[in-house]
Amino acid sequence: MAHTNDRNVLPDGIVVVVKEECATCHSVVSVLGQLDAATALTVYTQDDPGFPGDPAAIHDHDLAVSWHHDIETVPTVLRVVDGVETERTVGWHRDEWERVTGVTGLGPDLPAMRPGCGSMSVDPDLVDTLAVRFGATVLASRRIDVAGAEDEMEMMFTRGWTDGLPVVPPTEERVMRMLTGTARHPSDVVATVPPDLADVSVEKVAIAAVMAGCLPEYLPWVLTAVEAVCNDEFNMHGLLATTMPVGPVIVCSGPGTRAIGMNSGGNALGQGNRANSTIGRALQLVIRNVGGGRPGEVDRATHGSPGKIGFCFAENDTESPYGTLAGEHGIEAGVDALTVFAGEGTRCVVDQLSREPDSLARSLAASLQSMHHPKLIMGFDAILVMGPEHARVFADAGWTREQIVAGISAHLNRPGADLVRGAGGIAEGLPDAFADAPSLPKFRPGGLMLTYAGGGAGLFSEIIGGWANGDVGSKPVTRAVTY
Amino acid sequence: MATTILDPTSERNVAERQRIARPASLEGLTVGLLDISKPRGDVFLDRIEQRLVEVGADVKRYRKPTFTKPAPVDLRHRISVECQVVIEALAD
Repeated sequence: MAHTNDRNVLPDGIVVVVKEECATCHSVVSVLGQLDAATALTVYTQDDPGFPGDPAAIHDHDLAVSWHHDIETVPTVLRVVDGVETERTVGWHRDEWERVTGVTGLGPDLPAMRPGCGSMSVDPDLVDTLAVRFGATVLASRRIDVAGAEDEMEMMFTRGWTDGLPVVPPTEERVMRMLTGTARHPSDVVATVPPDLADVSVEKVAIAAVMAGCLPEYLPWVLTAVEAVCNDEFNMHGLLATTMPVGPVIVCSGPGTRAIGMNSGGNALGQGNRANSTIGRALQLVIRNVGGGRPGEVDRATHGSPGKIGFCFAENDTESPYGTLAGEHGIEAGVDALTVFAGEGTRCVVDQLSREPDSLARSLAASLQSMHHPKLIMGFDAILVMGPEHARVFADAGWTREQIVAGISAHLNRPGADLVRGAGGIAEGLPDAFADAPSLPKFRPGGLMLTYAGGGAGLFSEIIGGWANGDVGSKPVTRAVTY
Repeated sequence: MATTILDPTSERNVAERQRIARPASLEGLTVGLLDISKPRGDVFLDRIEQRLVEVGADVKRYRKPTFTKPAPVDLRHRISVECQVVIEALAD
């Protein structure tokens, strides 16, 4: 039999999809004969063109019919009216077959029901190839053929597409699979990426996510992070161009962090967790490859930091005694969200002796005072990452998030005379105009932010120092994750 | 076997523009000095302004709101219509 030209349209009547390598399909061959005699029947076979033989079948040789009509099980029985599917049943179930086909007395010698087999169109070994064969026309990116004798990993290094570490080659199959992670269309514009101010599509973000090593379920987080950094408020352009050692730090919270296996416990800020390691990296690959932001060019960092490869972690929001950073910025509990922060690497605060909240607050303040420079104030924000052992000192005393920040801040005020240029024999400092100020805070209001993450053992906290803040530089941006 | 991969870049086509010819003299021309708002940039630009006036140029001074962000489009447009030459200073 000839194929119809448009295989998206099925012939009217009853359509059954089978494969030879399925015992249930074999057992219903006699039923197909009954249907062929009683109604307008079309049989498609996925593997052996000679199966079932009588009645004859159309060979769905490239699985186009199966793919376009979402056949997941064989046999599948469809009723088609005016080219549109109106009923469907899968496997063998006499009552269902009789209802869908309108023919009674089917398969009298068969048991009442028998489960079907997996369709070849959802075979894990074939599904990505089929997605490219029938769906990749949605991809607009230029195709680049890598010769068989060429090493694609080296080719990507040579073209400057990597951050210095190997990247996963973004084949059509991998990018199509990545795009299953979002409901957004590949051509949707996500943001305008500095420094080149290039529009970035969902597809280009998916390519970066593939290269970074993401799984499809991470893609919504990457897309949201790209949106969160590419705006005037966060100022990704300035963050990229600055000589300071800062990059976008992504702090994630909500049940979705657990669904994708993010680490908010031991070594949350370190290596070893795929989601933590690749989401931030994908964002930076978007900045590099789509935005054109590269070290030595618009990126003028004096030292940089390891976090500029990618810096992303999850808050332990189910155990946090003081809520989440996203909550601090107005996101309701239980909503997947992320905050982007212009931050440097981490600095550890060791205090293994404080058991009273005021002692620990003083201890944390003493370390926070030195962020960037003990005599520079108000110009930089910071995130304080407390783990269970430090947070418990405050929680046991009943301190809320606001009380913790206020308690630490109370020990961060210093007289202007200590901070002006020349004070303490140090040229760096505030202009002389501040010399008479009786008390100056280290942080602007809201500039000291709390998160809760880390392993169960260790009386430590981590400080993530910020960059030029507010209208001058960057403001933290919090967004609910868009799926 | 050959592999096909997708281009991760923006694939943009950059419009190349010809620079206008360098003026033989600054005499009578309006020179814009853009202060990017880095500390002490004004010290540098004050000296540049002094030197430019000495060679007969008119000088107009401009300032970005913050050094961390590109100059706003309105400011760029103003400079382009008010000046024949522009000097942007980066200083720390």
